[in-house]
Amino acid sequence: MSTFGLWHYWVVIVLMMIGLYTVIARDNLVKKVMGLNLFQVSVIMFYVSMGKVEGGTAPIIPEQASGPVVYSNPLPHVLMLTAIVVGIATTAMALSLVVRIRETYGTTEEDEIRKLDRAEHE
Amino acid sequence: MTFPIEAIVFLFLLATALAVTHLRDLFAAAMVFGVFSLLSAGLFTLMDAVDVAFTEAAVGAGISTVLILSTLALTDPREHQQPVRFAPVAVVLLVGAALVYGTLDMPYYGDPTAPIHKHVAPEYIEGAMTDFGIPNIVTNVLASYRGYDTLGETTVVLTATVGVMLLLGGLGGARHRGDAEVVEAAGDEEPTPMDRVQVARVSTTVLAPLIMLFGLYVQFHGDFGPGGGFQAGVIFASALILHGIVFGLSSLKRVVSPRFLEIGLAAGVLIYAGTGVASLFRDGTFLDYAVLDHHSAQHGRHLGILLVEAGVGITVTCAMVLIFFFFAGRRAAKSEEPGDRDRRVA
Amino acid sequence: MTLHLPAIAILLPLLSAPICVAVRHALVTRLLTVAVGWGSLAVSGELLRQALSGAPIHYELGGFAPPLGIEYVIDTTTGYVLVIVSTIAAVVFSFGATTRGAALPAGREHLYYGAMLLCLAGLLGMTITGDAFNVFVFLEISSLSSYALIGLGQDRRAPVAAFSYLIMGTIGGTFFLLGIGFLYQATGTLNMADMAERLASLHRSRTVHVAFGFLTVGLSLKLAVFPLHQWLPNAYARAPAVISAFLSATATKVMYYVLVRMIFTIFGATFVFGKMGMDMALVPLSLGAMFVGSLAAIFQTDLKRLLAYSSVAQIGYMTLGLSFNSVNGLTGGLAHLFNHALMKGGLFLAVACLVYRVGSSRLDDLAGLGKCMPITSAAFVTGGLALIGVPATVGFISKWYLVLAALETGQYLFAGLILLSSLLAVAYVLRVVEVLYFKAPKSPDVREAPVSLLLPTWILIGATVVFGLRTELTAGLARSAAMQLLGAGS
Repeated sequence: MSTFGLWHYWVVIVLMMIGLYTVIARDNLVKKVMGLNLFQVSVIMFYVSMGKVEGGTAPIIPEQASGPVVYSNPLPHVLMLTAIVVGIATTAMALSLVVRIRETYGTTEEDEIRKLDRAEHE
Repeated sequence: MTFPIEAIVFLFLLATALAVTHLRDLFAAAMVFGVFSLLSAGLFTLMDAVDVAFTEAAVGAGISTVLILSTLALTDPREHQQPVRFAPVAVVLLVGAALVYGTLDMPYYGDPTAPIHKHVAPEYIEGAMTDFGIPNIVTNVLASYRGYDTLGETTVVLTATVGVMLLLGGLGGARHRGDAEVVEAAGDEEPTPMDRVQVARVSTTVLAPLIMLFGLYVQFHGDFGPGGGFQAGVIFASALILHGIVFGLSSLKRVVSPRFLEIGLAAGVLIYAGTGVASLFRDGTFLDYAVLDHHSAQHGRHLGILLVEAGVGITVTCAMVLIFFFFAGRRAAKSEEPGDRDRRVA
Repeated sequence: MTLHLPAIAILLPLLSAPICVAVRHALVTRLLTVAVGWGSLAVSGELLRQALSGAPIHYELGGFAPPLGIEYVIDTTTGYVLVIVSTIAAVVFSFGATTRGAALPAGREHLYYGAMLLCLAGLLGMTITGDAFNVFVFLEISSLSSYALIGLGQDRRAPVAAFSYLIMGTIGGTFFLLGIGFLYQATGTLNMADMAERLASLHRSRTVHVAFGFLTVGLSLKLAVFPLHQWLPNAYARAPAVISAFLSATATKVMYYVLVRMIFTIFGATFVFGKMGMDMALVPLSLGAMFVGSLAAIFQTDLKRLLAYSSVAQIGYMTLGLSFNSVNGLTGGLAHLFNHALMKGGLFLAVACLVYRVGSSRLDDLAGLGKCMPITSAAFVTGGLALIGVPATVGFISKWYLVLAALETGQYLFAGLILLSSLLAVAYVLRVVEVLYFKAPKSPDVREAPVSLLLPTWILIGATVVFGLRTELTAGLARSAAMQLLGAGS
């Protein structure tokens, strides 16, 4: 029926990878948290795009429907509401750790933290 | 055909994601990240996920951004220069390639014959009106079929808040040190008390009650339109946080004390789980709302969903305001010790 | 109410945690935590008994039949892991100085206990569920609480360790979520049993292959399979000692269980080992873990860090058992879950006793304590012997089955390597013994730890000997669990 193909998924994967790169490659802890967020939001996009049905509408049943209505799949939406909550919970926790790290080390750059630790133990 | 609109949103999403990675001014990156969230909310709407869009806009563009800005106010606003690293690039290319490979056997985007549209989901859609009488299928599945997941989700919120309170537990200390004037979540290096800005004061006074009213609507209209306990909780919290940003923490404390919020945080989860326990005593399994009313299963379900959504709303409101309190309170406590802020490395 | 025992198992810690937050009284919440620990053990024990005496228990949450609703499924393996986790919870929560070593803000003990209960709820919830997405939700509950608990360590590096764990853990969790998404896309369901049924005809789907890959990598990150273990030594070394005891004895065990569930219940052994050749990857990684972990342990200067590296090696034994895909191999792996939980839990508690008196876990600071703290030191030595795998301790049993599994497939090399890696364990245990008994004490007037600390320590350490002599209990249970898993997979 649909010949839209798979490109939606591919773009979402590219977004995911931008996020993942930011997490694993950057030294700045706040930047890492932002990357983690990008990664998670992109995964949410992935689920939501799975749920889309061509010609469908939001899964809310109208009061008067004229003829049969096609709804997009509600289950991925339900799951992703949970995932968004998990995301903000992780962000809050990560950022409070960053605040604590900054207070003891005076920096939020991972390489400098490592240097300070090494200096202390030699 | 929605094809071109989505492509344009994707283009903007790619641009903002790259900008977040690229920008070394972290304040700017945080703002662009908010834009990214808002754009993804738009994309979710295009993909018919209105509830997800609502939540993402409130959480990603709202709460997350406020938290990141609060953190930046407590840490360093600039990222150090750093060369591109190749090992992570290789990892990312490999992971991305694996994912693309996995999509090759997936049904095309929007294909109505995909397995996920043929199994389980149709029964959710059919059952929504006949068994529940609730038009918003997402609210329905969230609170009933997968109500146990949602209990878990509320517990996740509790867990994160407990964690933040433990890690940034200086709130008690900050109270004694008089943190009244200096709290401002999205501040510069030099805190500028917003309570001197007339426009902000007046508009907050006008807006906060309206936001609250909207929150109530979202809480109780979640059965019929997009919304529900989580979104309502975030909206309530944002009204209170706005108050805190403009009038200061001590003013917010007069409105809601942290102790009160802590009790609310716990109470929400207890209301949710308690509703489930109530069904145990009426010969149902845990969270089986149908048994809550002996005469009509549908009434029982309505009651159950109303209660658990209220539980979610209460916990989320209290959690978000508490988390804000602890980040903002940390700043107040810190700025009392000027020596501490200068303890930098290089 | 026996009908609702599965729900009660989760509700006990899940409801007690918010009560702790609301009550805000250190002593009351402390007692509640201990009571919940022992209560969980009683409920888990009863569930295991029921699972052993008949078919797996199914419990439909919300009264919706799966796959529409979420269900609990408790078979022998589930009951076994529930008992492991709640045993450790009961004993560790009863330990006298739970908050020692934690940089707790004043008057916030109740939150600390709340976080411990949430962690327990997450671990039990992950184990008991029969729904793949639900695993993710409870995984995050246990992970988030452990990030906070680790970050509370008094060591100034504790928040850094917690942050790296958070990053690795969240990447792992998100990979897991992606894997489930791919599986959901292919099968249209989230219920594990229903997934398994639908996957039977999808073994050629590339979507399923990638789903398998992401689930495995995600779980391996959380399980700290070599070389994805980097977060573990720092996290366990810098957390408060009691938290290290609890997490090292439970968190990785539950992740191993989830991996086992995924392999045998969702995908089936034929697909995992036959088609995907998981053993080809798992064997070298397990051997790598056994040697790299043990070697690194030998060179540590901090006792907690030494034990943490030893955990990396011990996880290697467990995954090696898995990779044999045989009854003996899996029996060894599963038996080692319980055995390692006892040993590492006991050893970390012994360290907690030492830290309680000395205030440090650096080997230099522990010199000569064998004379001042004889009961604690004896506990450490006994636990160390179990770690090596000396006969009459539990460590011997798990290694026996692993060697047996290697020999029955004619892999004499592996059998040799298992024995060789045990020699490395001798080296790092001896190092500690030397420090404790043969070095001049730094401060000779250190007193023995109080009974409230020694008793829980010795319950776990004593159990390593008791179950080492009465092998039918653990090995027998692990064996019937292994047979059930392999029977279901074929």
